[in-house]
Amino acid sequence: MPEIRNYTLNFGPQHPAAHGVLRMVLEMDGEVIQRADPHIGLLHRGTEKLAESKPYSQSIGYMDRLDYVSMMCNEHGYVLAIEKLLGIEAPVRAQYIRVMFDEITRILNHLLWLGAHAIDIGAMTVFLYAFREREDLMDCYEAVSGARLHATYYRPGGVHRDLPDTMPQYETSRWRGQKDVDRLNEIRQGSMLDFLEDFSRRFPGCVDQYETLLTDNRIWKQRTVSIGVVTPERAMQLGFSGPMLRGSGVEWDLRKKQPYEVYDRMDFDIPVGVTGDSYDRYLVRIEEMRQSNEIIKQCIKWLRDNPGPVMLDNHKVTPPKREEMKADMESLIHHFKLFTEGYCLPEGEAYAGIEHPKGEFGTYIISDGANKPYRLKIRAPGFAHLSAMNEMACGHMLADVVAIIGTQDIVFGDVDR
Amino acid sequence: MRNGWLQPIADAVKLLFKEIIVPTNASRTLFFIAPMLSLAPALAAWAVMPFADGMVLADINAGLLYILALTSMGVYGVIIAGWASNSKYALLGAMRSAAQIVAYEIAMGFALVGVLMAAGSLNLGDIVRAQQGAWTTGWFVWPLIGLFLVYIISGVAETNRSPFDVAEGESEIVAGFHVEYSGMAFAVFFLAEYANMILISALTALLFMGGWLSIFPQSWAQTPYIGWLIGDGIHWFLLKTTFFMFNFLWFRATFPRYRYDQIMRLGWKVLIPVTLVWIFAEAAAIALGWKPWLS
Repeated sequence: MPEIRNYTLNFGPQHPAAHGVLRMVLEMDGEVIQRADPHIGLLHRGTEKLAESKPYSQSIGYMDRLDYVSMMCNEHGYVLAIEKLLGIEAPVRAQYIRVMFDEITRILNHLLWLGAHAIDIGAMTVFLYAFREREDLMDCYEAVSGARLHATYYRPGGVHRDLPDTMPQYETSRWRGQKDVDRLNEIRQGSMLDFLEDFSRRFPGCVDQYETLLTDNRIWKQRTVSIGVVTPERAMQLGFSGPMLRGSGVEWDLRKKQPYEVYDRMDFDIPVGVTGDSYDRYLVRIEEMRQSNEIIKQCIKWLRDNPGPVMLDNHKVTPPKREEMKADMESLIHHFKLFTEGYCLPEGEAYAGIEHPKGEFGTYIISDGANKPYRLKIRAPGFAHLSAMNEMACGHMLADVVAIIGTQDIVFGDVDR
Repeated sequence: MRNGWLQPIADAVKLLFKEIIVPTNASRTLFFIAPMLSLAPALAAWAVMPFADGMVLADINAGLLYILALTSMGVYGVIIAGWASNSKYALLGAMRSAAQIVAYEIAMGFALVGVLMAAGSLNLGDIVRAQQGAWTTGWFVWPLIGLFLVYIISGVAETNRSPFDVAEGESEIVAGFHVEYSGMAFAVFFLAEYANMILISALTALLFMGGWLSIFPQSWAQTPYIGWLIGDGIHWFLLKTTFFMFNFLWFRATFPRYRYDQIMRLGWKVLIPVTLVWIFAEAAAIALGWKPWLS
């Protein structure tokens, strides 16, 4: 008699729903998942090891490339750990700018998540809507750092430079006539803050738009309600953080519980779920976008009224001004030293965790007193979430695995590092 | 070019010239029969479609039966493609498709039974002619609104279009039954899908919305110059067909995809009971002679 065996399906690494390079070996009984075995490492770039061979400030760019949809938040975690070990603090204006860009990044991340999650479940339009708004936020990244994705904008001791007074403009091309360009540039005439303020006024309406397509949609609910349920106890045991933990009903948010930068001056709420299923996590993230928008508004208001330095005046850590450098010998020396050997951190270790859009993003630096870290350990939130894949997917159907990957908001840049 | 109107043509040319890759372990004969088997019935069914009064290739009395028989053939293309590819994703797609078609063919068949009971004929031309009346009162969509909705839903399911596209479900089983196809063989599957879509839209227009019949009263057709526009004619049929085709695309853009077991539940537990009840109510109405709704 032939032996009856389960069906093994190789899901990924080249799969439209694999969110990059997730490879899963699924053991299935018909369409029902018996075991899901995620394989990682296909996007391993050795970020932690690379950082050991470079002066501290040269590794900031690598942090952008960890979770490549929430770039500045990664930088924030790293920069904060360095500042902690150096015992310095960024000027208040820089802290506000950081908070503002953290929240812009949170919206960027959640928009991508929403689009990808919806398209995994089969709803196409949400994806297009989400990318329309992402474009505007990318323009803010571009205005402030010159790069749309990998900004390298946060520096130990502040941020690279103050917010710009102009926005990058669209130009005419073979595909875009003068009329289109004028329409696109209309909101880009003022400073970056004007543009962002206009965006924050428009954005709640956009979220309503996504919600009309999904929140009360019968099919969307059938596909997400009671899929991938995680109890609050289990979520904590598994090391969940961020919306994955809050979706299960645990009210834990580093922005409130261990405020860093100026989050203690901000007025916002933490949404929590009830049942811990995919639908609750969806609602939590949608509400987080609205709350982030509120934080951005508060930051814009403060930043308009309070000009000031955005970088520390301590030239052992931060580069001197360009014009000073031309005339002042000490500044020239500082500049040369900073951009060749960097700065040394005192011997010791420091951990800085921030509320990354996906959860707690932690950076742990051990310094032996040199200009390079002795060891850098990155705690990526996605790693813990992916580890729960088997538990969340067992007993569900193949189509639900896709929904669970979506709800976990997996990005392989930070899982594999 | 501007606005990308040449893109579909470029796509077609590209697919024509691409190599058709046959997987090593595929069953070669079946692998090539499958796409033909899915396109041919979709095109053959047009033989009995009346575009306007008398404008029909084969005016046969068993027209509706012929269409029902041919559209059922299409699923063999999908199943054979899934089997012949010798790929796990393709097999899953084929199995899903087989189960889905069985469920929805029944609901669709029952919806058609309601139409032919009301029209008293299997000839598509006669069915349309039975829908004549003042304004649109004669259309079967009004007395058979439940069957009409069931027919639309199962029509979308039959053609494997979103939100019922589990047979290809690109985010779950990549492309389902046609995952191993490339070049023209793949294009033929695509053509079959769209041919089926147009066929179902045209059928809906014929069976429920009065085909080539105008929405205006007959007497208005005597108006000088624009009378031919107002009166019955092929343009009404095309307009109604286009409307349903638009709906197909609209559904795809709006709805998330059902899960495979949810589709089964909808088919067996909702659509089939609705059609059964409706047919009994309709039979009672006909037996009691309730006019003018059902002639």
